[in-house]
Amino acid sequence: MPKLNINGQVRDVQVEADTPLLWVIREQVGLTGTKYGCGVAQCGACSVHLNGQVVRSCALPVGNVKPTDKVVTIEGLSPDRSHPVQKAWAAVDVPQCGYCQSGQIMAAAALLAKKPKPTDKDIDDAMTNICRCGTYQRVRAAVHMAAGKQA
Amino acid sequence: MKNISAAGSRFSRRSFIVGSTAAAGGLALGVRLPFGSGSAEAQSAAGAEIGAWVVVKPDDTCVIRIARSEMGQGTLTGLAQLVAEELECDWSKVTTESITPGQNLARKRVWGEMSTGGSRGIRTSHDYVRRGGAAARIMLLQAAADEWKVPVTEVSVANGVITHAGSGRKTTYGKVAAAASKLAPPDPKSITLRDPKAWKIAGKPLKRLDTADKLDGSKVYAIDLKLPGMLHAAIKASPVFGGKLVSYDEPKIASRPGVRGVVKVNDSTVAVVADTWWRAKTALEALPIVWDEGAGAAQSSATIASHLEAGLTAKDAYAFRKEGDALGAIQGAAKKIEAVYSTPFLAHATMEPMNCTVKLSADRAECWVPTQNSEASLAALSEQSGIPLEKCEVYRHDLGGGFGRRGGNQDYVRQAVNIAKRFPDVPVKMVWSREEDMAHDFYRPISQCKLAAGLDDKGALVGLHVRISGQSINAFVNPAMVANGEDARQLQGYTDKPGDAQLGYTVPNLLIEYAMRNTHVPVGPWRGVNTNQNAVYMECFIEEVARAAGADSLAFRRALMSKHPKHLAVLDAAAAKGDWGKPLPAGVHRGIAQFMGYGSYSAAVAEVSVSREGKVKVHRMVLALDSGHAVNPDQIAAQVEGSVAYGLSAAFYGECTVQNGRMTELNFDRYQILRLAEMPKVETVVVPTYDFWGGVGEPTISVVTPAVLNAIFAATGKPVRSLPLKNVKLV
Repeated sequence: MPKLNINGQVRDVQVEADTPLLWVIREQVGLTGTKYGCGVAQCGACSVHLNGQVVRSCALPVGNVKPTDKVVTIEGLSPDRSHPVQKAWAAVDVPQCGYCQSGQIMAAAALLAKKPKPTDKDIDDAMTNICRCGTYQRVRAAVHMAAGKQA
Repeated sequence: MKNISAAGSRFSRRSFIVGSTAAAGGLALGVRLPFGSGSAEAQSAAGAEIGAWVVVKPDDTCVIRIARSEMGQGTLTGLAQLVAEELECDWSKVTTESITPGQNLARKRVWGEMSTGGSRGIRTSHDYVRRGGAAARIMLLQAAADEWKVPVTEVSVANGVITHAGSGRKTTYGKVAAAASKLAPPDPKSITLRDPKAWKIAGKPLKRLDTADKLDGSKVYAIDLKLPGMLHAAIKASPVFGGKLVSYDEPKIASRPGVRGVVKVNDSTVAVVADTWWRAKTALEALPIVWDEGAGAAQSSATIASHLEAGLTAKDAYAFRKEGDALGAIQGAAKKIEAVYSTPFLAHATMEPMNCTVKLSADRAECWVPTQNSEASLAALSEQSGIPLEKCEVYRHDLGGGFGRRGGNQDYVRQAVNIAKRFPDVPVKMVWSREEDMAHDFYRPISQCKLAAGLDDKGALVGLHVRISGQSINAFVNPAMVANGEDARQLQGYTDKPGDAQLGYTVPNLLIEYAMRNTHVPVGPWRGVNTNQNAVYMECFIEEVARAAGADSLAFRRALMSKHPKHLAVLDAAAAKGDWGKPLPAGVHRGIAQFMGYGSYSAAVAEVSVSREGKVKVHRMVLALDSGHAVNPDQIAAQVEGSVAYGLSAAFYGECTVQNGRMTELNFDRYQILRLAEMPKVETVVVPTYDFWGGVGEPTISVVTPAVLNAIFAATGKPVRSLPLKNVKLV
């Protein structure tokens, strides 16, 4: 039985190996904060961390994820919305409908882990997730704010 | 402050879901969950209902009922601010609760209209929700006065704390709520509402109440719903609009893991039901399906374009406005300007794909759905299931985007009901793939526009002729309504009537016409609806005329606007904040535009550069909005920022093209959306005049594209007359 390490918990999942990680997370593990938006790794609503790197889970077959790989979803980012990105998101009132925001937050957290003081160009390059409500201006402001708090 | 209220809101939301889940699980819980109208329930720990809009709990929490749908536009917070303003409660103790259409029906629509579209959420309910808040305040004060046996005129309230001036006694809303709930509400007409200029909660840039659970993945969108025993459905309708389902080969997929069955949903649609959605979707992809594509298969973007083009010069057109002799004035003018513009079909592409969960039993129908119109969802559930309205209930989930897609068209609710019929007593969640969403939208209608203008020898505009040829939303919804081709809705923004979508210019000789040219493609409202195309046509052509007159873009417009002071004031506000006329860095150019829609006045200034390779960069946009009142200036700014992103996605990339009768762009790889890197700096100028109530969610999108196109014109010296920009060679 395949094993997955999600948010620090090792779980058994019974599923076809070509099932995308996204649908394993949502339908087998039952964590629904990670969203389906396009299924073709375009929109980023399904972003999770795989060994600290942001990946688009809708295009990653679960069979390619090793039991030793560490998957972190939005539910595992912090126990109490205390991650600097989550705090900045609240302070700037980033979300509108909110559907893409799990992915935006995961992408921002991965960026800051790599570059604690990102430039606007760094943010442009890393934050490629689609938001149809158009929260981009506040996403940028919140990433900068989170970077300040991390310092 | 924020955390307390947001956490409360989340808790309220969660109890709602748990309540409905429990009901679905077969527990004998009534339709009226999560709150009731009976006096016993009203006095329970859940809190006491003080009139229809407010529930006060013993711990002083004020739960404000919300009838309209929240889809990101902030209406939930704005409506709560309006109620709280009159309630005079402690804002940090405010939470909200969605009412259901079943409850609204059972109580004779005490909460009024639930439909949320046309930027009407606040502007058409501000009066009665404020009266609801005021009525609750009056009842709570009366209850305190009764308890103290003093005249109510001697008690006052601040932040939910009631004080008797003479004795210094104090109590709180929570303590008198049970007594207040037994009092008769005052006559709403007897209530004097606060002067908006003296508002303390409304009118302030307060944080949204619904943010916390969007930050940690705990918010349950309808697509996230989990119910005991739930099955999952993936669906496919005929790719060609109007095509029919002929047959499918169920045995080919019957043995795939988890598959429970194939359902013919309707004449043109098939679904696969499985134990997970992924299994249903992949089985559906493997299902051999035979379609009868029908007559629509012969249609393409090219055939549609020539159909519309014929309408530009056809004799039969609806003369919407005819003032003076425009054709004669243009004919005899010193200078003539002519142009033909076009805009494509566009998809909404809400981030949360269409979905709906339905559970049908012998005498009960339930539905969990992201909807802009809960009552339309309820009606669709009842009609499609055959179960009477009073035995149906709709649990509305906040939407992962709406933009007009989830309003009047309840296609996805009807589909989900038909699928659930096959599985009695089992909840079935139907989720569309992104491809299905892009293939079966109700698209922004396609149109072309032919314009002509005449200038006299002093450069003054003497005549203007506008002829739009294109598809009608009304004709798609209800052909009989516009059988004569007279569809004023397609001329949104060009009316002479004040108040809603008035043209801001006065032209001595004016002819505005519409030639209805429908296609086989379904159409519907798309954020901003027809103001989008019509603002591009009017504002880009006025720019062409201004340049032909050798005039400054702002000065030329101002000269036409003396009879429209509100339009003019907003244009001036955008120009001032946007530094109109001031120097710019080398290579950067400005464009300006103004328009009216949804009862509000908008204007924009864009700063744009065009590279030698023809690549456009929008550096900065300043938008001004007069929505009459400004209930939450920060959320207005958020809507304006969002309208820039939505508008620029359309301007740069948006098009749905037709080949062999079906849509070509089926996912975000081909239907590109603006990304963060392309987002300009947006500055919002809110200029409320306090003498009307206008919309916020939609008005400003109309001016985004024309301001940018006019800046490109300034940069290149050439007008852009067709969209999207990705297809236009600029240099």
